[in-house]
This record gives sequence, structure tokens and C-alpha cells, in this order.
Amino acid sequence: MSDRTVGGVVRSAPAAGNATSGATGVEQSVDLSCAEAAARALADAMRADPSVVTLGEDIGRGGVFAQYRGLLAEFGAQRVIDTPISESTIMGAAVGMALAGLRPVVELRVVDFALCAMDEIVNQAAKARFMLGGQARVPLVIRLPGGIWSGAAAQHSQSLESWFAHIPGLTVVMPATPLAHYALLRTAIESADPVVFIEHKELWTLRGPVPLHDHSAIAHAGRIGVAHTARSGSDLTVCTWSRGLQHCVLAAEQLEGRGVSVEVIDLQSLWPWDKQAVIESAQRTGRLLVVHEAVQVAGFGAEVVATVAEAHPEVKLRRLGAPRIPVGYSPPLEAVSMLTADRVVSAIEQWLGL
Amino acid sequence: MSTEQLLELYRVMLRIRAFEDLADQASQGGTSAFGQATSAAPAPVRGPLHLSHGQEAVAVGVCASLHADDAITSTHRGHGHCIAKGADPWRMFAELLGRADGYNAGKGGSMHIADFSVGMLGSNGVVAAGIPIAVGAAQAFKLRGESRIVACFFGDGAINRGPFLEGLNWAQVFQLPVLFVCEDNRYSATTRSADMTAGEGAAARARALGIATQVCDGNDVIAVARAAAELASQVRAGGGPRLLHAITYRFKGHVSVDPASYRDPRELDRALEHDPIELTERVLMERGCVASAHASKPDSRIGSESAARAAATGPGPSEIASLDEIKRHVREQIEHAMQRALASPWPDAAAAFEDVQDSGGGVWR
Repeated sequence: MSDRTVGGVVRSAPAAGNATSGATGVEQSVDLSCAEAAARALADAMRADPSVVTLGEDIGRGGVFAQYRGLLAEFGAQRVIDTPISESTIMGAAVGMALAGLRPVVELRVVDFALCAMDEIVNQAAKARFMLGGQARVPLVIRLPGGIWSGAAAQHSQSLESWFAHIPGLTVVMPATPLAHYALLRTAIESADPVVFIEHKELWTLRGPVPLHDHSAIAHAGRIGVAHTARSGSDLTVCTWSRGLQHCVLAAEQLEGRGVSVEVIDLQSLWPWDKQAVIESAQRTGRLLVVHEAVQVAGFGAEVVATVAEAHPEVKLRRLGAPRIPVGYSPPLEAVSMLTADRVVSAIEQWLGL
Repeated sequence: MSTEQLLELYRVMLRIRAFEDLADQASQGGTSAFGQATSAAPAPVRGPLHLSHGQEAVAVGVCASLHADDAITSTHRGHGHCIAKGADPWRMFAELLGRADGYNAGKGGSMHIADFSVGMLGSNGVVAAGIPIAVGAAQAFKLRGESRIVACFFGDGAINRGPFLEGLNWAQVFQLPVLFVCEDNRYSATTRSADMTAGEGAAARARALGIATQVCDGNDVIAVARAAAELASQVRAGGGPRLLHAITYRFKGHVSVDPASYRDPRELDRALEHDPIELTERVLMERGCVASAHASKPDSRIGSESAARAAATGPGPSEIASLDEIKRHVREQIEHAMQRALASPWPDAAAAFEDVQDSGGGVWR
């Protein structure tokens, strides 16, 4: 538990690894938290395109995590729409807005509450383009803060990304750094199809450089379907996403001191996902460990591992995910479901017989 | 309402009835349900088909109050709404038949027909799901300062789902241009709605949210059109949402193969005496229209005198074809639409991969 980064304890490694290559980009970088990066991305998108609107509960006051701070003052209540606690209609109205030519960015507070709007997400938003024979597009972003929010218990702590990855029509994005948050949210808003944008609740205060004025660096970081190699290595590949990146980078640092070279790939989006990058790395190192905070059973790790196994049976494969239990409230219970760097280290130690 | 206007509504109702008749025929044996087996030879229309026989006056009366650029959302029982808003029956048939020329390129079928070119934003396979979509479209219109409104059709079963409460509350809070239309055919699938609904129903629930309502005989197209026009003009004037509760009756079962044996046959007999098309015919004949051609005045369409009068004031009853002629003409048009749809090709299987989603989203700009 020593490596947990709750409440603003900053791990700079992933963000620094994502910084732009050129000196210019670094100079122009602004230090932002994930929440600030998210608010900035939405504000920039709303300035650029009057059809972008945002709606959800409490966003006029900046949102639960301050990720909408400042937007109401700049864009007004017609475009920053504070809504009733009506998840079905928040999502359904967003579908109607999209069909009528707007680009709504929807806030559903936490991913667990998306379950109150599953018909609208799965049966309406995801299917409209296909089912209507291409007459309409549904360009909307569904923002779903996910993952364990310490002390929030079973209805506010789930990681449900594999549910959405399973649905044709949905794009699934999970940023892990302020740069990824900014750049991928911009791209998601530009998308012609519905994007499920899952933001980890314990990453909002994570800070890192964002080269706001370096368009090519932002465009590079904002490519959906392209994984980011956060750390290079030669003995073993770890594939992860969202907050798992922090834990895996820490674990890799610990193992490096013991002579094990771990490559860490941040998938960034689960659909489409960067099969090529994962397969290339796994083939090179010969071993792939997929790490996620979600329950391991039927998690997206199974998809990654199965895909690699079908293409390259010689690669050795393992998964690390949470046990199939609801997240408990009390710290000792919650800890059972919590992904940590120690768990990643242990999994690798056992596998390699260290 | 002038006789010519009423005749136009009558024609649209006939178009819907003829469409439903032909769709019904083409669906028999197409799905197994309600104790009916699928036929050995596959039916041209597959899967569940929800017919709107008896409900034509609601669709036609409401859409008569709408402008071409207004929008509607519809239900699983949506053929009538599509036709009333101006969709082309041949492309609707093509969709029912699963052909490439269908409105949805064969990807949707009966429950998902949409025609964005006439503002028809979609039928829907989920009860009440069109309500939030209508509300969102109206919010987009209002945000852009447009004068367009949205008519949102839903059934009496939908008022027991959450999106009904959410959507009405939302539309009232944001004062959105939505005309909610509860098309009350008395049945929630195969269950009497009265047995499943507490309180006094759609209008009472809307009034509890401060939304003004009207209740009308949904089989009287003049009454529907009058109420809808009044409410639509209030909505268009920026007065926020309104709700029309139109009470009608579903002549057929829930789906085309449902014999509706759960209801008292006398209930249907009474309803058939109140057929919206026959009611309209009675009014038209009171206004001087004739039932059949041989009873009509000779040379009614000939002569410069009557032609000049028609040009100046619109045709009087004597210039109008008999109701039988109108019926026959509409029937022929709809049969022709079906024939044309039957000639449409199947979609290429590769189309199943089209319009799912772009590979990875757009580009940053």
C-alpha cells in the first residue's frame, strides 16, 4: 500500500514519459492536473466549435471533481447545462442533441451511474448510426469517472470498461496522464461516433506537463487506438491502462533494481486498441502480463491475452486483475480489491521465479 | 377545417391503413409467437410487426399541425407516424422487406424506420426511449434559436417507465419546444393499461409537473388536428412543452401474429364501430362528398366554369372524386409501392460492416 497515490501525491514518471520529444514542446508545456487538463480541453473545444455543449448533474458548479470548473462562466447555461438527476434523460437527450446536429459532452458523475442510462448508451447511442442505415451520426462523449475512489464502497468504485468495449458502435478511451487527458478528450469530442471516456477518480489531482500550444504534440498524444510505451524494457511486457499505469511504472522501477527489465505499455484506448504495439512488444520480450483494476473475470485483459495467444502461441501470457468481489468499504476490505505496485511486483516475481 | 383539408387527412389515413394491411399480409408466418408457428415458406416481412390499425387519426391529426422542418420521434408502432410526416411508403416497405433501398438500408426493419429528410428522427424498439431523444432534439433547436418543434409520440404503456417522468420534467424545467403525444390504445403489449396504471394517466401526470394538456378522442381526426394545432402553436410560441392525450384503440394484437385472444371480442366490436376512417367518411358525406362514383354528379371535373371556380376557391365537394375512387387510388399506390419494394435488391452482406463506427475517432484540429 506504500505506493498509493491518493489525494495529490504526484508520480511524475508516466507524465514525463508522455511529454513531447522536441525541446520546444517541453518549454511550452503547462503544468496541469488531470481535472484542469479536462476542463481546459472542453473549454478549448467549446471555443473552437459552437456545436459543442456539455450536460450533466452539478457541472455548473464545476462538477464533482472540478473537471468542469470555469465553463459555466465562460459559455453560459445554454451550453453548460446543469441537469436534474435523470441519467436516462441526460444520455437520451444527448442522443437527441447529437441527432439534431450538436456535439454533446455528457457527464454521468461516476461510471456506476451509467447503469441508470444503459438503454440510452447501448441501445440508442451505440446503434443509431448503424440501425438507421447511416442516416445519422451520434457524435457525443460520455464521461464516466471510474475506478476505486477510496472509501466510496461498491456502488462508486467499479471499473466497467469491458462492458463498453463489448458494444459495437462505442469507442472506449481511458487516459492515464494530464497530457493524455487533454489530448484524448479533444479527439473524443471530434469523433463522429459515441466515445465512452473513462476517467479514473484517483487521478484527478495527478499533475504533469501539457504542451497546450504545440499542436503536433497534442495531435500525437491524442491518437485514439494508439498505445503509449511509457517505459522500455526487454525481459517482460506489461500492458495496462488508466490508473494501472502508475502502479506498473512503479513496479518496473522496483524490478529494475533487481535486474529485471520491464516494458510498460499504456493502452490508452480499449476500443480500438493497439494490437500491433502489444503484439510487437510481447513477441520481442516473450512474456506479456496484462494488468487492470477491473475484476479479472471477463475483464478486457482476457481479450488482450486471447488476441496475442491466437496470433503468437509462443508468447507466455498472464493476467492480473481484481478478485470477483464487490469493492468493500472498510480499508482492509477495500484493499483486497485495490491494484498496487506491490501486487504487480509479486505477480512478476512469482512468474519469473524470483 | 375545410373539406379539402379534411380530404387530405382522409387520404393520409387511407394510406396508412392500406400500408398496414399489406404489411400484415406480408408478415403472416414470419415470426413465431402467441402460439402461432412460423410458416414453412418464409414470410416476406420477418420478425415482430406492430400494426396501427385504428390509430391512424392520431398520427395524421398531430402531423397536420407540424411544419415540414419540425421533427417527430416515434415508437415500435410507428408506420403511421412515418407516413403522416411524409415518409415514402415504398422505402418503408423496402425496409420491412430488408432490402437495400429501405430507409435504413435493411439494417433496422419495422421498429427502427427513420427518414431524416422529413424530420422523422426514428421509431424505437424500446418503450419510452424516444422521449429523451425528442427532448434533446428540442433542446438543440432552442439552443440554435430555431422555431422548429418536436412532436414526441409514445404509448400509454410508456407512461409507466422512468424516461416519461424524466423527459417531461426536463422539458418543463428547460421550457423546451416539445409536443408530447400519448397515443393511448388501451394496451401495454398484451395487458390492459388500466390494470397497470395508478392515478388518472398521462395528462394528470403531466399536469402535476405544470404542463398544460388536452385530452381528445383519438379516433376523431378533426378533434385531434384541432387540439394538436392549438397545443403546437403554444409550443411554437415558446410556451414550453404541452401534452396531448389522444384516446384511441388498437384493432389488431400487439404484433401481427397476436390474435389478441386476451380481450373481450365485444370490446373490439364496439371499437370497430368507432373506426377513425369511417368516422371521417361520415363527416365528408355530411359535407356533400359521395360514397361511390356512379352516385357522383356527371362531368364534375369537366367544364371551364367549375375549373375556374376550383382555381379561385379550391374545389367544392362536387369536383372531388368519390370516396371509393379515392380509396381505390390510394390502395393502388400502396400496392405499387409494395411491388416496387419487392423488386429492390438485398443488401450486400459487406454492408453489415458499414456504419458501425469509424475506426478510431476524428482528428484534432
